[in-house]
Amino acid sequence: MGLVGQVFDALLAIALVWLAWQATRAADLFRAVVSFIVFGLLMAVAWVRLEAPDIALAEAAIGAGATGALLLSALDRLAPRRGRSWARVWRADARTWVLWVPAVMALAGALTAAAWQLPAPGLGAVATGALEQSGVDHAVTAVLLNFRALDTLLEIGVLVLAAVAVWSMGPAPAASAPVMPSPTLPMLGRTLFPVFVLVAAYLLWRGSHAPGGAFPAGAVLGAGGILMLLAGAQPWIRSAEHGPWRAILSAGFAVMLFAAIVGALAGGAFFEYPAAIASHAILVLEVTAGMSIALLLFAVYLRGEPHPAADTDRQRC
Amino acid sequence: MLIYLALASVLFVIGLHGLFTARNLLRRLLSLNVLTTAVFLLLVVIARKATPLDPVPHAMVLTGIVIAVSTTAVALALVERIALRHSPEPEPSASTRPGEEDA
Amino acid sequence: MSWTELVGGLLVIAGMPFFILGTLGLLRFPDVYTRLHALSKADNVGLGLVCVGLGIQSGSPAMMLKLLLIWVLMLVASATGAGLIARTALARGIRPWSP
Repeated sequence: MGLVGQVFDALLAIALVWLAWQATRAADLFRAVVSFIVFGLLMAVAWVRLEAPDIALAEAAIGAGATGALLLSALDRLAPRRGRSWARVWRADARTWVLWVPAVMALAGALTAAAWQLPAPGLGAVATGALEQSGVDHAVTAVLLNFRALDTLLEIGVLVLAAVAVWSMGPAPAASAPVMPSPTLPMLGRTLFPVFVLVAAYLLWRGSHAPGGAFPAGAVLGAGGILMLLAGAQPWIRSAEHGPWRAILSAGFAVMLFAAIVGALAGGAFFEYPAAIASHAILVLEVTAGMSIALLLFAVYLRGEPHPAADTDRQRC
Repeated sequence: MLIYLALASVLFVIGLHGLFTARNLLRRLLSLNVLTTAVFLLLVVIARKATPLDPVPHAMVLTGIVIAVSTTAVALALVERIALRHSPEPEPSASTRPGEEDA
Repeated sequence: MSWTELVGGLLVIAGMPFFILGTLGLLRFPDVYTRLHALSKADNVGLGLVCVGLGIQSGSPAMMLKLLLIWVLMLVASATGAGLIARTALARGIRPWSP
């Protein structure tokens, strides 16, 4: 594997650099966004090469999928500006080649050298040793939902805040109808949604002993919702009937906070579950967190507070 | 290993350059995303140096990916509102120099 | 080398020319419709051969079924995607290329 692996890594690195350059510098904005999505997908391959399959799943589902959908729909709404975006963005003159290119290459070299000097982190043995008390068999899940569950709590808090911020900017713009409606897309959305639910449940179950867990599961389910929306289904989170949806949107955060406080009141530390019930506690947290993440990603994608129900014969999903 | 460290620093520089020089807000957002990816890459490569693979940086990167998508979503909503506010202008004024774009 | 590895490896190798030709079509064909044609047809055959080859190599029926599920999902997604791209291109007034 040695030499072949090295050549593969080098090709992957070159492709990633080129795509990153295209994503930030391409003259056409559409091209830049598509380059960024492909960049995310290739990054997922790089994560697999770096023995980080959890991150690969999250990057493919959230980094490339959800971010890509957000960027593409934003681009669609900013469409009138597209005509102007063909302007040249970057011009290389003499000063660029003499001064800036060497300076930037020196900076990159210095960063690489500095990163090479960094000491290796030493928590691997500690985390593996404490795995038996954590309630799950997969180290990354144990870190996320037991050892450093505070990070996850705050992260879901940030996602809730993002949804609040997006909704507070006003009502959601009306969904733009496709230019030439395709008969296959709504059918695809309807038939594939059960598959999305199945995959999300599988990822959630897998998270206890292998790469997977609440974040990829939530992202897959959220992507399924976005696909339904693209296929022409009306969003079912509406102002008039917000009630339960608001509760589920914040359930992940609320349940995690509840678990943390109960643990603290019962005499332990913040987020300390007794080892006996740890696996059940983590299961409950994962299910609620996964559902919240799915709905929050979907809520953020609506890009504004949903309208009250106006039409009566809308599709439910 | 060294390949990925070098990749992280090159991506970091590309992202930083884009963040500072891009005039279009969407482009600036893409640069920010490239920049965060570079930082994630650094964390994961360093985690791999440890002999039992260290799961803590992996968990941090997973958290970071979700934070990055939240940031992107809020920023995109803001960019859209800004564009909406400026959209009544019919055509870009003649004072805009070629080779520049704003958002 | 057992016969499963041999057959699996041969199937994977047999899938490669389809990817190469599909990519060649993507790069060399004149307009969006012909490029879609090359990509959505050739790449899916290549992917099918690779999936079946890897499934035979793995030797476990569960893995085989998972790989086949990936292939079927990919077929559905690429057919829908290609149709959407072609419809959008047609709606924007891009005329099919004629020699």
